[in-house]
Amino acid sequence: MTIIDHSLSVPSPRSITEPALAGKTETMVLNMGPHHPSTHGVLRLVVELDGETVVNVAPDMGYLHTGIEKSMESKTYQQALVMTDRTDYLAPLSNNLSYVLAVESLLQCEIPERAQTARVLLVELQRISSHLVWLGTHALDLAAMSVFLYGFREREQILDIFEMVSGARMMTSYFRVGGLAYDLPEGFFPAVKALTDVMPSRIDEYESLLTNNIIWKQRTMGIGAIDSAAALQYGMTGPGLRATGVAWDLRKAMPYSGYENYTFSIPTATNGDIYDRYLVRMAEMRESVKIVEQAYTRLKAMGPGPWQTSDRKIAPPPKIEITESMESLIHHFKLWTEGFKPPRGDAMVAIESPRGELATYIVSDGSPKPYRVHMRAPSFINLQALPHMAKGQLMADLVALIASLDPVLGEVDR
Amino acid sequence: MDNTTISTRLTDQFGARIQRFDSHRGGDVVVYISASDLIDVATFLRDDDEMSFSFLENLCGVDYLGRTPRFEVVYHLLSMKNRVRVCLKVGLDAINPTVPSLTGMWQTANYQEREAYDMFGISFTDHPGLDRILMPEDWVGFPQRKDTPLGYEEVAFTFNQAQIDAHKPFAKE
Repeated sequence: MTIIDHSLSVPSPRSITEPALAGKTETMVLNMGPHHPSTHGVLRLVVELDGETVVNVAPDMGYLHTGIEKSMESKTYQQALVMTDRTDYLAPLSNNLSYVLAVESLLQCEIPERAQTARVLLVELQRISSHLVWLGTHALDLAAMSVFLYGFREREQILDIFEMVSGARMMTSYFRVGGLAYDLPEGFFPAVKALTDVMPSRIDEYESLLTNNIIWKQRTMGIGAIDSAAALQYGMTGPGLRATGVAWDLRKAMPYSGYENYTFSIPTATNGDIYDRYLVRMAEMRESVKIVEQAYTRLKAMGPGPWQTSDRKIAPPPKIEITESMESLIHHFKLWTEGFKPPRGDAMVAIESPRGELATYIVSDGSPKPYRVHMRAPSFINLQALPHMAKGQLMADLVALIASLDPVLGEVDR
Repeated sequence: MDNTTISTRLTDQFGARIQRFDSHRGGDVVVYISASDLIDVATFLRDDDEMSFSFLENLCGVDYLGRTPRFEVVYHLLSMKNRVRVCLKVGLDAINPTVPSLTGMWQTANYQEREAYDMFGISFTDHPGLDRILMPEDWVGFPQRKDTPLGYEEVAFTFNQAQIDAHKPFAKE
C-alpha cells in the first residue's frame, strides 16, 4: 500500500491568490509571466515568496490554448495531422509520429520498412534539435550566452534536413498515415552523414562549456531535486524521470516503430536535480546520434523502395498510376474528397518524445473524421512537479527549474 | 502478464461489478466500470503485486452526445513492471456528470481532471481545487462538448470595449 503524502498536492493559482487577497501579509505574492523571457512561452506563475525564498508556486496556463483537440474533430484524419505539428512546436515530427501511429493502430495497417526506418532516423534528429533548443535556452536563462549560439548552429543543420525532406523547417507534417509524405530526397544521405560526423564532437564542445563549469554547477547541483517516488506520483516521464534513477524509456520498454532493433542505452542519473537532468539530456543526444547512424546504415543498405503502404484505401496511388488506372483515379478521388474511414473503436499509442511520454488517444465512430482526439502532453503533466521542486528554493532558481523541465507551452495548452 | 490474466483477475476480484470487457484496436484491455467502483478497481490494480499498475498514464473525457451514458472518462493505467497498459472507462450521465477524483491515489490526476472538468464539465468529487485550467476562469460553457459549436460564436472579451476605446481614442475603426 502506497502512503499518500498530501504535501505533494498540486496547488491551483486560486489557492495562493485568495489568502493574499484576504489579507495574508506574512508572504508576498508575485506574478511572473505570462510574458516573461524565462517562462519559455506564455506560462504564468503565481509565486508566493518569503523574502527571496519560494514558499509555493502555482503554474497558470491556457494563454496559448487554441482548441487543437476540438478542431481535429472537424477535419479528416489526414487534415488533422497538420494540427499535431502545432502542439509541441519544437518536436513536430514526434507529434506526427504519435498521431500517425495511433491512426495506424485504428486501421491496423502495416507500413514498409523504409518508411519505418526513415521515421526513426528523423525522430531522433528531432530529439537532438529539441534538446539543442532546451540546452541553449537553459544556458541563456543562467546567463551563459554562447551555448545558445553554438547549439543553434547544429540545430540549423538539422532543420535544413527537415526542409529537404518535407519542404518545411518546423511544421513538417512529413509522416503520413501509412508511411511518409514523399520519398527521401536526393542529398538526404550526405546531409545526415555530415551531421552525424560532426555531432559527437559538437556535443563535447557544449559540454566543455558547461559540464565542469563552476558557475553552472553552483546554479544547478542540488537544486530542484525530486525523488523517483514523487516524480512517478506527478506522472513525470522523459529525462526528468530518468534523472531520478528510473530507467523508463518507451523506446526500450514498449518499443514501437522497430526501436527494438537498434542498439542504444538509456542514460540515467541519481539525484534528480537540475544538473542531473542536464546530464541525462546531454547523454541522450549522444545516444540519438548512435540511433541515427544505425538507421542511416539500414536505409543505405535497403536501397530505394516503397515509402508508403500499398493499401490504396489509406495512402494515395502514385501519380503515374492515376493516368493509367481507373481504380487508382477513384482511390485518389475518394481519399482527397472523403478520406479513409477507420473502423469503429479506439486506440492509444504512446511514444517517447523529447519531453517524455507523448500519447495519442483516438476514438473512431467509423466516419472519415476522428470522433475524439486526446493528446497526453508530457509538458502539461511534467509541469505539475514544478511546485514540489520549487518549494524552498530561491526565486532565481525557479528560472533554472522551469528551463530544466523544458515545457513547450504549445503542448501544455494545445 | 497477458491481457487474459488482467481480465480473469479482475473478474475474480470484482465479479458483476465489472460491466464488460472490450479492447482497443491495438489490443489493450478496456474495462467498463461504474463511477462508484472506480476507486476500488483502481486501488486493486495499483496495489496488487502481480498487476502493479502503478502509473496513471492518461485521463481524459469523451462526449458521446446522443448515447446513454453520454459522457465517458477514460483512464489509462500503466504497469511499468509488466510493461502493459489497461484502460478503464467510466460512463456518466448527461445531467451532473460526477466521478470520484483519483488525486488521492495519483497526484498526476490533478491537472488532467481539471482539464476534463474545463472541457466537458465533468465534476470530480474530492478534487483539491477543481478550477478551470485552460479556458479563462469566467468562461461560460464547456468547449469540447459535442453540442458546443466549432465557430461562428460571438467574439469573446468584447464586454470591455468601451473601456478600451476610452483608453485609446485612435484605436477605433
